[in-house]
Parts: sequence; structure tokens; C-alpha cells
Amino acid sequence: MAPPRSFQAIRVVFLTILTVFVALPIFVMITSSLKPLKDVTGQFRWIPSGLTIRPYIDIWKTVPLAHYFSNSLIVAGSATICSVIIAIFAAYAVSRYNFRGKRVFTVSVLSTQMFPGILFLLPLFILFVNVGNATGIPLFGSRLGLIITYLTFSLPFAIWMLIGYFDSVPKELDEAAMVDGCGPLGALFRVVVPAAIPGIVAVAVYAFMTAWGEVLFASVLTNDETRTLAIGLQNYSTLNDVYWNQVMAASLVVSVPVVAGFLLLQKYLVTGLTAGAVK
Amino acid sequence: MTDTLPEAQATPGPVAGPGPVGKKKRRKPILPDRVRRLGLPYLLLLPALLFELLIHMIPMVVGIFMAFKELTQFYIRNWGQAPWAGLDNFKLAVDFDKPVGEALLHSFWVTCAFCVLAVAFCWLIGVAAAIFLQDNFKGRGFLRALFLTPYALPIYAAVITWNFMLQHDNGMVNHVLHDQLHLTDERSFWLIGNNSFISLVVVAVWKTWPFAFLIVMAALQNIPKDLYEAAALDGAGTWQQIRKITLPSLRPVNQVLVLVLFLWTFNDFNTPYLLFGDSAPKNADLISIHIYQSSFVTWNFGTGSAMSVLLLLFLLVVTGLYLIFTSRKKGSDV
Repeated sequence: MAPPRSFQAIRVVFLTILTVFVALPIFVMITSSLKPLKDVTGQFRWIPSGLTIRPYIDIWKTVPLAHYFSNSLIVAGSATICSVIIAIFAAYAVSRYNFRGKRVFTVSVLSTQMFPGILFLLPLFILFVNVGNATGIPLFGSRLGLIITYLTFSLPFAIWMLIGYFDSVPKELDEAAMVDGCGPLGALFRVVVPAAIPGIVAVAVYAFMTAWGEVLFASVLTNDETRTLAIGLQNYSTLNDVYWNQVMAASLVVSVPVVAGFLLLQKYLVTGLTAGAVK
Repeated sequence: MTDTLPEAQATPGPVAGPGPVGKKKRRKPILPDRVRRLGLPYLLLLPALLFELLIHMIPMVVGIFMAFKELTQFYIRNWGQAPWAGLDNFKLAVDFDKPVGEALLHSFWVTCAFCVLAVAFCWLIGVAAAIFLQDNFKGRGFLRALFLTPYALPIYAAVITWNFMLQHDNGMVNHVLHDQLHLTDERSFWLIGNNSFISLVVVAVWKTWPFAFLIVMAALQNIPKDLYEAAALDGAGTWQQIRKITLPSLRPVNQVLVLVLFLWTFNDFNTPYLLFGDSAPKNADLISIHIYQSSFVTWNFGTGSAMSVLLLLFLLVVTGLYLIFTSRKKGSDV
């Protein structure tokens, strides 16, 4: 049955306005990255006076973008892998076992989400410096410190979502595996994990995006050697001349991997949310 | 690995026994296994607990402790030796007649206004978009991908683009409003002065509403199709179905969603920091930026920590009240 006229009309109007609102910045980002400098420093032009790929070549020289890129890749990649593995263990424990403190654990892990980041930024900074001085493990200014920090940012959501996902895998399956001689961990990795792949993919995407986009902690916990893209991109704007076409080109380059990954895998995220978190 | 061996050896016996009864009998007598199972959940939780403790819990306790210290730049290397301040930091933060307290109160109200507007718009747009994209029509897949893109973009890339668009001389916004539509008499400033609040809300909504869209979209998949079919048979039109089926089914999801959106926007640091830099314009001085400035720019960490603790207390109270209120409402429904 087709929806009534009024519904269709409102839908068209609403979706059109929303599309313009959402697409405008994306449009500006893409077109400006292909404009010559005079088009982005002078009055805004919808139609560029000429197209050039020069900004895409220059971005690598104006700031050490490749270096920032590899830092971000290492930090976000490692944080994602660690976060997913740790979350799998924790979610399996919560989903499959009854133990004392289960509720306390889930509630306290989830509640870390509401702490203002600003409250534990400085203590964390001091803690990292002190641990580094005491043990020689370089946490402050190193990628390791940032990796550990970021993995905890996605952990609550990852655990929360995977609990829901693991709950939807019938218990009989891993019990059967254990009867067949698997240990609990064998059952987890041979039965539960394969059955929950969409949820795990969704969680991994989320963890990567979180780490790739974090700004506040990256600005305090890194040094010149370990700067990530979040801080590196701002270097284009602090110069006397702002090369806006290069800024837009660089923004686009750092966005493409995550946006592409997210859009390809978004249906897993939606099913993942449906299976677990939403309930 | 070796631990599982005895278990595996013990299995051949009862395997001959029939079906499910055999299963249960076999698991019971293995005592070491049961002991191991008792410890196993804790072992599985250990890594998660360890990292949460290191990055969140311990620093938070330290942060609360720091709020009671006179922690200026002279003591930052050796913060344990900083003199005890008692409640002085808190008194300074809530003395609304003095500049520090006055500025904090101002930024609190700015944050409240920002939070209410941003959450309301994010929620409204997200729910409407999800409902309008519920039916299958041409271009739905494209719109869905487009709408999710702001959420997927790294926030610094997104906000830098907005920053470019909001530039006074070469920005797109002024070009459209002034040069093309002649809506404003002169080019406005969007990143300083009064307009900066509007800019902040617009950018935050642009970046965050797709999250609401994503969650609601997932929730809509959970509503059984036959509910709609039954309603259609009873003669309910599209609007009535939305009012009587879709919106009520979304209620539990909405309760969580609004809470999460509230906590995120209230603590939002990235949007104002990337849009305005270290010191935000007075009209857009969100509380997290304000605390960052009090701590890292003016080097008064004790006061900054006290403000953070007050912020945490406020969020705890609001969240608590919200949870009590929503769960009671749910109870009266049943």
C-alpha cells in the first residue's frame, strides 16, 4: 500500500533539505581540494577557475603528513586489535557465566563513558610520567601510551555490544563444542566468535573510528615524533598563509579510509546494534 | 591445553550413553573443571578491568584528590608535595560574585543551552530521517550512506571544513548569505562574537545527528512487520501507524539514546576546540573548554580539577534522576 500524498510530500521536502545540509560540507571539501590557491583565498566560488591536483601533491611537503598518517595507522590499528580481543574475553565471561560482581563490572565499565575526559586527562598525564620514571616503560609521548588510552575508549561500547551479540548465539552450540573436547576458550574461538563475526566487525569499525578521530588526548599525550593526524592536520591552519585547498585535500585523504570502511561495513553495524545494544 | 586432556580422556565412557541425558551426567563429576570454571570468568575480565583501572578509575581518583590540592605550575613536577587546599578550590569555583566563579557559571549556562538545542535537533532529525527511510524506495541506499558520512568522518576533518566554510572573507556561508541571497547587510563573523554559538550548534548537530539516525534505524528493524500489516488491515493510515506503532516501539531506545546524546554533548570538547581553538568566544565557551583553559592554559590545575569534579557530580545527579524518572514511567506503562 503506497503511503498517502501528505506523507510523500513531507518526505521529499525533508529529505531534500537534509541532503543539502549534509552534502554541502562534503561538496566544499571535495571541490576546494581541487581548486588553485587563488580560488580558496579569495571570494568563494562554486565553479572553480581551473581544476588542479597540485594540492594533493603539496600536502605531503607542507607538513610531514605521511609521518602523521603512519602514526595514526599504528595507534588506531593496534588499539582496535587490542580492544576487540579484550572485549571478546570480557563479553564472553558476562554472557556465559554467572559470577559475583557481574553487575558491578558491567555497570562500572559502562559508566566510564560518562566521565568528562577533561577530568582524567591531567591525572593520566601525571600517571604516565610517573610510571615511566619508575619502570622505564615510556607511556608519555609514546605510541604505546596512546594505544592503551584509546583501547579503553572503545572498550565499553565493544563489551556492551558483544554481550548482546554473544547472547544471541545459542548456548547449546558452545556447550556441544565443550562436550566434543574443546576447552571454554576453544569453544569461544571455534564456535561463538565465528557466529558473532558481524558484531565483531562492527565493534572493530567503531574502535578504529574512535582512535582515528580522537583529539583531546592526542594533543596532550604525544610529542613531535608521535603526533597523530588529529593534531597534524591543524598545522596547515596555524601557518601565516592558510593553504585552504591543501587543508581540504589533506582532510579528504585522511577521511577516505575510515569513511569507505564505515560505509562498506555499516550494515554490520546496524545488524550488530539490532542484535545487541538496542535491546 | 594440557589442562583439557584429562577431560578429553574421561569422555569416551559415557559417550555411548544416549543423547542429552548422557551429556549432563558426564560434566558433573569433573571437579577440577568446575573449580577452574569459577575462576575463569574473572580471568577473562582481567585485561578489561586492568586497562579501565589504569586509564579511567585510578586517574579519576587522583583527579578528585587533586581538586583538594593547591596545584599550580610550581608543583606540577612534584604534585604530591603541593600544599593541601581543603575546599578552597571548590569555594573559588562556586563563588559566583568573583571572576572565576562568574565565568564558570556563565559557561555552565552556555553548555546547558548548547546541549538542549543540539540534543533536540539531533534526536528530531535522526528519528525523522530513519522513519522516512524505512520504506524501500529508489535512492534509499544512497541517502543512507550519505547521511552516515558525517558520523564516519574524523571530527577534525569535518570541523576544519566547517571552519573554512564559516570564514569571514572567503567562506561559503557568507558568500551564500551576503553575496548571493543578500540576506545580511554585511559579511557576518561566524567564529567570533555572538554568532559563534549558532555555528557551534550547527556543526555539532551536523556531526552528531547521524548517530541518532543509526541507532533508530537499527531499532526500527526490530519492530515486527505484522504489527504494521495488522494495523493496515484495521484501516490505520501511514501517519497513524507512525504515531501508534513506530513511536511507542522506539521509546526504550529513545531513553538510552537521549541520555547518551546528553552526556556526549555536555562533555563535548572536540567541536569547540577545533572550531575556535584554545579560547572559545564568550558566547560559545563550553564547560570542557573552560576547564581545559583553566588547567592547561592558565596552569591552575587545582581549580580545574575542582571544576571537573563539580561537572562530574552534576552529570551523576542528572543521569540518576533521568534513570529513576524513565524507569518509573516504564513501570506505570506495564
